[in-house]
Amino acid sequence: MSTPKSLFDKVWDAHVVRKIEDGPDVFFIDRHFIHEVTSPVAFLGLETRGIDVLFPERTFATADHNTPTINQHLPVADPLSANQLKALETNTAKYGISHWGLGHAKNGIVHVVGPENGITQPGMTIVCGDSHTSTHGAFGAIAFGIGTSEVEMVLSSQCIMQPKPKKMRVTINGKLGAAVMPKDVTLYIISQLSAAGATGYFVEYAGDVFRNMSMEGRMTVCNMSIEMGARGGMIAPDETTFSYLKGRELAPKGEAWDKAVAYWKTLPTEEGATFDLEYNFDAADIEPQITYGTNPGLGTGISQHIPTANQVKDGEASYKKSLGYMGFAENEQITGKPIDYVFLGSCTNGRIEDFRAFASIVKGRKKADNVTAWLVPGSHIVESQIKEEGILDILNDAGFELRQPGCSACLAMNDDKIPAGKYAVSTSNRNFEGRQGPGARTLLASPLVAAAAAVTGKVTDPRELI
Amino acid sequence: MAYDKFTVLTSTAVPMPIENVDTDQIIPARFLKATKREGFGDNLFRDWRYNGDDTPKQDFVLNNPIYSGKILVGGRNFGSGSSREHAAWAIYDYGFRCVVSSFFADIFKGNSINIGLLPVQVSPEFLDKIFKAIEADPKAELEVNLPEQTITIVATGEQESFAINGYKKHNMLNGYDDIDYLQAMKDEIKTFAEASLY
Ligand code: SF4
Repeated sequence: MSTPKSLFDKVWDAHVVRKIEDGPDVFFIDRHFIHEVTSPVAFLGLETRGIDVLFPERTFATADHNTPTINQHLPVADPLSANQLKALETNTAKYGISHWGLGHAKNGIVHVVGPENGITQPGMTIVCGDSHTSTHGAFGAIAFGIGTSEVEMVLSSQCIMQPKPKKMRVTINGKLGAAVMPKDVTLYIISQLSAAGATGYFVEYAGDVFRNMSMEGRMTVCNMSIEMGARGGMIAPDETTFSYLKGRELAPKGEAWDKAVAYWKTLPTEEGATFDLEYNFDAADIEPQITYGTNPGLGTGISQHIPTANQVKDGEASYKKSLGYMGFAENEQITGKPIDYVFLGSCTNGRIEDFRAFASIVKGRKKADNVTAWLVPGSHIVESQIKEEGILDILNDAGFELRQPGCSACLAMNDDKIPAGKYAVSTSNRNFEGRQGPGARTLLASPLVAAAAAVTGKVTDPRELI
Repeated sequence: MAYDKFTVLTSTAVPMPIENVDTDQIIPARFLKATKREGFGDNLFRDWRYNGDDTPKQDFVLNNPIYSGKILVGGRNFGSGSSREHAAWAIYDYGFRCVVSSFFADIFKGNSINIGLLPVQVSPEFLDKIFKAIEADPKAELEVNLPEQTITIVATGEQESFAINGYKKHNMLNGYDDIDYLQAMKDEIKTFAEASLY
C-alpha cells in the first residue's frame, strides 16, 4: 500500500521538474502574477542578460500597489508611481503579457482579481512578488510570495528554485459564535502560534470551520498565513470551490471543466497522511479578535485585556517597544479605546462578503464624527457588486463613501496614509510600525469590528450591535 | 544580477538586538517606487534612522559611529513580513554582506541568498554571546567562513557552524545565481510544460 499523501505533497510533487542533490527543487509555476512595484527590476534583469520571457501567457499583470483610490481617470500625480505604472505597461506590452492596468474593467488587487476571473484553480502552483500570494491557497493551490530575483526566474524560465517546506496542519472543529468572521479565525490562529510560529512550514487548514467557510472566507484565512511566518496556506478543494469557479471567465469550460474537476477531486489529503506539526483548536474558543501590538501575532479576543509581557512569546524589550509605539499599556482594556480611522479593504478583506458584513452593522446607523473611513473595494468587479446589491446606498445613507480599487492604506504607498500617532482599525493584514503611514497605529480586525468602530468612534465589540 | 563572491569575511559588526525586525522597517514601502535597483542603502531603516525632518535619530545604532562593519547582527525572526527583495538590496547596498540572527523569516532568507547577502543562522545562545562580545568591545570582530560554514567570535575563539545547502553555497562562493542555472535547462522545462494540465 502506498503511503497516504497530503494535498500539499500531491500538488508539490506534480511540479518538480528536477531535484538538485543537496539543493532546492526546480519547481514549475503554472500561473504568475505581477504588479508595478516588484516587477520593473526583474524586467531590467532580463534586458541586461538579453533573455526573453518563456511563457508570456502564464503571467498576468495588474496595477494595484501605488495606484490612487480617487479620480483614477486623471493622470497619476506622483511622478515615481506614474513611472512604475508606465514601466509595467511598457514591459507587459513588449513581452505580450496580459495587463489589467489602471482604468481597465478587470483592474484591482492582484489577489482579488486572480480568483474572481477564474485564473486561480485547484492543484496549480501560483507565485507573485507579493507575500500575500498565499491567498490563492484557498482553492487548493500551492501559492506563495517571491522576491524580485525569483520574478525574473519565472519570467525567463517559468521555474524557481525551492526547497520543499515542512508541513503543518491546523484543524478547527466546531461551530463559530456570533459575529466571528474568517478574519477572527486567522487572527486567533496567529495569536496562538505567534508571528513566527509557522516559519518554514506550509499550512493546510482542515476541519468543520473551513469546510463550512465560503471561498471569500477561505481566501481571508489563507491570505494571512504569511503573518505567522508560513510560506503559504491551503484548503482542500470541494464543491464550494467548484461552484465558485464554474463559469468564471478563465476557468476551464465544457469537457475541460469535467476533466479538471475529476482531477481536483483526487487532491484532498488522504486519511492517515502525516504532518511535521499539527495544531487543533476549538471553534467555540474564538471570539471577535483585535490586535494591539506591532505584529499580527499580538492580538486577542476583543473582550480581553492587553496581556502583560510575561504572557506573550515576544521578548520583553520588543513587547514594551511595541506597546510604546501603540501608546498602550499592559493590562488595559481594548474596547472603548477611541480611534481615528477605519480602513475596509485590501486583499485580506476587500471582497464582496466583507462589504456585506460591514454594511450589516452600519445600516441604519451613522458614521461617528471623529472617524475618517476609507472603504476600498478590492477590484472593479467587487465595486460593481457593491453597487448592484444596494450596499452602496446603505453605506452612503450612513455617511460613508466608496473609493476606487487598489491596495490603498494596506501599505500606504499611495496618498492613503494614516497620519502619525492616529489609530486605525483596519481590515488589512499588517500592523507593523509605519505600515499604514509613518507613525500610524494599526489595530487589525474583521469587517464587523471595523464597522462597529466606524459607527461608535471607538473599539467596540460587534456583538453589541448585531 | 551579479554580486560579490563570498568566501571568508572578517569584520566588525553592527548589533541590533530587536526581535521581529520586519521588512517594512528595513525599507518602508514608500521607498519601493524605483524602477532600478540602486540607492536603497540610503533608506535602509529609514524611519528608525531619521526623524520626520530628516535629521538622524542619535540613539539608532546605524547613527552611532562606534559601530560599523559588513555584518549586521539582528534579533530573532529577522526579516519577517513583506516579500520585498528591496529589503535585502537595501542591506547589501548599505555595505553589509552578511546578516546574523537566531531565526530568519523564510522569504527574506531566500531573497538574501539570491542576491549575495549571506544569512547566518546561529543558536540563541551564540547570538547572545555575539551581542555580549560587541557590547564589551564595539570593535570586536566576527569571522564568517563560508567554505567551512563556521562563524567565530575572533577575540574569544568561540565558534559555531551554520547550515546552508550545497547548491546555494556553491553559488555564493562563485557569485552565480539561479537564473544561470535555469537558463541551462530550458529544454527540460519546455518538455515539462507541454505535459502540464494547466
Ligand atoms: S492589499 Fe496589501 S497585502 Fe494585499 S497585495 Fe496589496 S499591499 Fe499586498
